Amino acid sequence: MTPKLVKLNVNGRAHHTALAPNTTLLHALRDLGYTDVKSGCEKGDCGACGVIVNGAVVNSCLLLAWLADNQEIITVAGLGAAAKPHPLQQAFVDFGAAQCGFCTPGMIMSAKALLDEYPHPTDEQMREALSGNLCRCTGYTRIFEAVQNAAHEITSD
Amino acid sequence: MLPTNTHILFHEFDYHAPTTLYEATELLAQYGDSARPIAGGTDLLVQMKMERRQPAHVISLARVNALQGIALNGDLTIGATTSIRDLHQYLTSKLQPPFASLQSLGEACNGFSTIQIMRMATLGGNLCNASPASDSAPPLLTFDARVTLKSKTFERVMALEHFFIAPGKTALQADELLTHIRIPRPPHQSASAFIKIARVAADISQVCAAVRLTRDGNLIHDARIALGSVAPTPVRAAAAERELIGQTFSAALAEKIGKRAAQEIQPISDIRATRAYRQHIAAVIVRDALLRAWERTQ
Repeated sequence: MTPKLVKLNVNGRAHHTALAPNTTLLHALRDLGYTDVKSGCEKGDCGACGVIVNGAVVNSCLLLAWLADNQEIITVAGLGAAAKPHPLQQAFVDFGAAQCGFCTPGMIMSAKALLDEYPHPTDEQMREALSGNLCRCTGYTRIFEAVQNAAHEITSD
Repeated sequence: MLPTNTHILFHEFDYHAPTTLYEATELLAQYGDSARPIAGGTDLLVQMKMERRQPAHVISLARVNALQGIALNGDLTIGATTSIRDLHQYLTSKLQPPFASLQSLGEACNGFSTIQIMRMATLGGNLCNASPASDSAPPLLTFDARVTLKSKTFERVMALEHFFIAPGKTALQADELLTHIRIPRPPHQSASAFIKIARVAADISQVCAAVRLTRDGNLIHDARIALGSVAPTPVRAAAAERELIGQTFSAALAEKIGKRAAQEIQPISDIRATRAYRQHIAAVIVRDALLRAWERTQ
């Protein structure tokens, strides 16, 4: 169980941090202050811990942090902040797509990965892309509206 | 005192990251039963969090390039750490006949949990985890797939059918690694289908079934039926298969064979479904998969 110095590149910023091998990326990120990454079910069912690693959205609760050594990680805070939100974040506000907000970071990261791959997703592609993110306030309709409108917003710029 | 299965990873272990197959098998030879290889980690990490597996050594296969990728060279050879998502994309975009008849494996990959898990999970991991509910196993069983097991000094190939021993248990020795899954060239005029029943799409199956049919005119030249979540391991329905061979295909025959297959299985009642429900649904989905596969042979 010797800790190792791991380099995590989070939202464009490099962190050198000593981590034990049994640290998941989820808790490594939260310990570094990235509490926008949520700890939900801890077993890959809910998607609340979703982050983008090298372009693909993953459940950070199921990824050992050592495997993310030197990789590029994006969390929802890396997309934009209150002063300058990402179109997805703005659309979630505009369409009332967040109720309790706990699923929102993972939801937006799945949506981001979707729009990076398919700038004009069909409804089916969108539903499939978000199928690994559970919203227990059951606001899916507004979430879908927000994602489609954000897609439109991004591609019309 | 609080229960320990709070799904946080408390368990302590040493982590190894070999870069070659030789190093990986050397580590397995050294640590044996106290080691567990990790690929996507989507099953193993959950098991470690639940304290169902507590390996003292975890051997990451992420940097062993020889275990990744798919090659078509007479057989279709799939590296053990190929992700479910990559396999799905390969099966749905790149295959020509007769390999285009592997539709059922593409369908199994497509129904495989969520997008995030499809990207992380690997084919080899799904097989080595030896869940009776494995989605990938039934299609592979109908293709007569073979697995390559490699230790530091020895390599052997076995039929996938003999690989599964019990829930969570495979034929792998402590010093062996599953390196490749090999699907032999499918017969001409063959087609396959996979159907999974689960409470919601991303859930573990209550029952799943895969079939492969090879036709000769209106006759069934050869048949394979395999089911998941109905026995301690993924299983073939051999008696039902035998009753198909040489027959003229009809909807009535599909109905009869579905019921026959349901008699062969030994499902249990658990949190996902009862034994009676599983037996009923197995007959229905075997029938439907037969109808679908036959239509695809046209």
